[in-house]
Amino acid sequence: MERVIFGDNQFFGVNHASDEKSRAQAIRFKDNKAIMDVLDIAIDEGIKTFMCTTHDRIADICRIIRENPAKYQDFKIYPCMPYAHKYANAVTELGIMGTIKQYVPGNLFSAVARGGVAFVKKDFVSMMELLIDAELKMFKGINTPVVFIQNVITDLLLGLGMTDFLVGFYEHIKKKHNAEPGFITMNLPLLLDTLENAGIKNPIVCASINKVGFRVSGSIAEYEKVIAQKRCRLIAMQVFAAGALPPREALEYVCGLDGVESILFGASSRGNIKQSKQLIDTLSK
Amino acid sequence: MVRAAIIGLGKMGISHCAILGAHPDVDLVAVCDTSSLLNDVFKRHTKFEFFSDYQKMIDTMKLDCIVIASPTKYHADMVSYALKNNVSVFCEKPFSLVPSEGKLLAKQAEDLKLVNQVGYHNRFIGTFNEAKKLLKTNILGDIYHFLGESYGPVVLKEKGGTWRSEKGQGGGCLYDYASHTIDLINFILGKPVKVSGTQLKNIFSADVEDAVYSSVTLQSGLSGILSVNWSDDTYRKMSTQITVLGKKGKIIVDATELKIYLREDNKAMGLEKGWTTKYITELTPMVKFNLRGEEYTAQIDHFIDCVKNKQSTNISSFASATDTDELIALLLQDNR
Repeated sequence: MERVIFGDNQFFGVNHASDEKSRAQAIRFKDNKAIMDVLDIAIDEGIKTFMCTTHDRIADICRIIRENPAKYQDFKIYPCMPYAHKYANAVTELGIMGTIKQYVPGNLFSAVARGGVAFVKKDFVSMMELLIDAELKMFKGINTPVVFIQNVITDLLLGLGMTDFLVGFYEHIKKKHNAEPGFITMNLPLLLDTLENAGIKNPIVCASINKVGFRVSGSIAEYEKVIAQKRCRLIAMQVFAAGALPPREALEYVCGLDGVESILFGASSRGNIKQSKQLIDTLSK
Repeated sequence: MVRAAIIGLGKMGISHCAILGAHPDVDLVAVCDTSSLLNDVFKRHTKFEFFSDYQKMIDTMKLDCIVIASPTKYHADMVSYALKNNVSVFCEKPFSLVPSEGKLLAKQAEDLKLVNQVGYHNRFIGTFNEAKKLLKTNILGDIYHFLGESYGPVVLKEKGGTWRSEKGQGGGCLYDYASHTIDLINFILGKPVKVSGTQLKNIFSADVEDAVYSSVTLQSGLSGILSVNWSDDTYRKMSTQITVLGKKGKIIVDATELKIYLREDNKAMGLEKGWTTKYITELTPMVKFNLRGEEYTAQIDHFIDCVKNKQSTNISSFASATDTDELIALLLQDNR
């Protein structure tokens, strides 16, 4: 994995510190061209990996990338699935079964080869695999060396003790999609303990890591201890604590942690992208 | 260890299940739901005992506490049964469809000295607590108006097939969304007791309202506006905001930030004249397990702490939740 990975929250109105800013971002990035312009800036600044949610609009971004193979030759995407709000709103409106019916390709209850059989046999891991395949369809023809499961799902499965699905995701991504599975989490120590107990060693994990402990669970000390143990290939996210930390201070902290392999950040302007990328490069030497 | 169980494995129930499952002081021993699909999933992939009959679960599992996250119309019977069996209760919101029933249950829980809490998680968000704290110091002087708003993208099409889209089941924007806004108004400003000019509007739903607009008066005499709409997809997810206007300034608070405008410096609170913004990053206490935001864990942690310490006063009690149910009843009446 590269040292710097570009994130997508800014494109979809996700801002953890301000609902107002998030709406302003949603307005700015209404057109796909606005997103592509910022991605091109990031590429220009030497960032070649884009980590993004399987949001409907990413399908359009993927299409643009496919149509310009020469320009995006070295460009990689790390998909993160699922786009949870899509499902959460659907569950409120349609119920759990209604949601499955809406999003699993074909009709689960008819004889759609594996889907139908999986449902009859109540093979839930296979059903999850179908949902994964559906979410990944939009990335066809694009280099996606790592595929992530979103923190809402990772952490839900962790709390429920449904480790089978975490393992199922891991194996399916490796076997069927020939990619490295990754886990996004808000609960780094618990995730590593759980995965290791299930026989998964040195996984790719993306977790909130920042100096003020924003979205860090338990304590900063506990996180630092686990990071130093180097039990995973770690991507640090939310390094700026949603803007609570000045860039240099934030990056000094995270670049100083031996055990953090990559740093994920999102930004909308060339100035911010350039500054963060250069700071990480300098502080990582 | 606190022995716990859950009734109802919908969106909230499953979320509570994961939070309780990860809680170091809780032994989540059983879950209950009528869905055979969930029965199969849970039996195969978790260690929790699965019941389809909640009474049997309460009778046999020797519980200290229970989380009830079933459709609203079942709350009263389930809560009552749990209390009778000396089990502390965390119930999802809205608490009860019939406010008089809610009142009885609140009294019953208090008489039995059992912990009673309702899932109004906004009460556990740092920004809203900061607003409450600031207003207690009378920072805005005489308050003359408030605005309570919630918007989000739940129903955007003309269909729907769950209990939330049926009339009289505790679904609809009023029970689902506006209940949060009303409860926050109660939490931050005081008990709402009167409504007028209520408009419940159908936008996409046939049988329930998708928007709620009304004039609300508090026990203190302060009046303001309630404006709630769950068919607004200019919001990515539910956004709740309270605005308070006073002679000395104004507060605008949502789940992510608190903005305060003061006409003069307030030395006691260390706030300067003009705008000050406080962000959730500085106002949120850390939790041990984070699923979808600190507040969901914080409310369960509070409940479990109360159970462990046999403390029956609660940040979001049956009694305060019944205030919200009473106002919902008034809004329905006023709309007729």
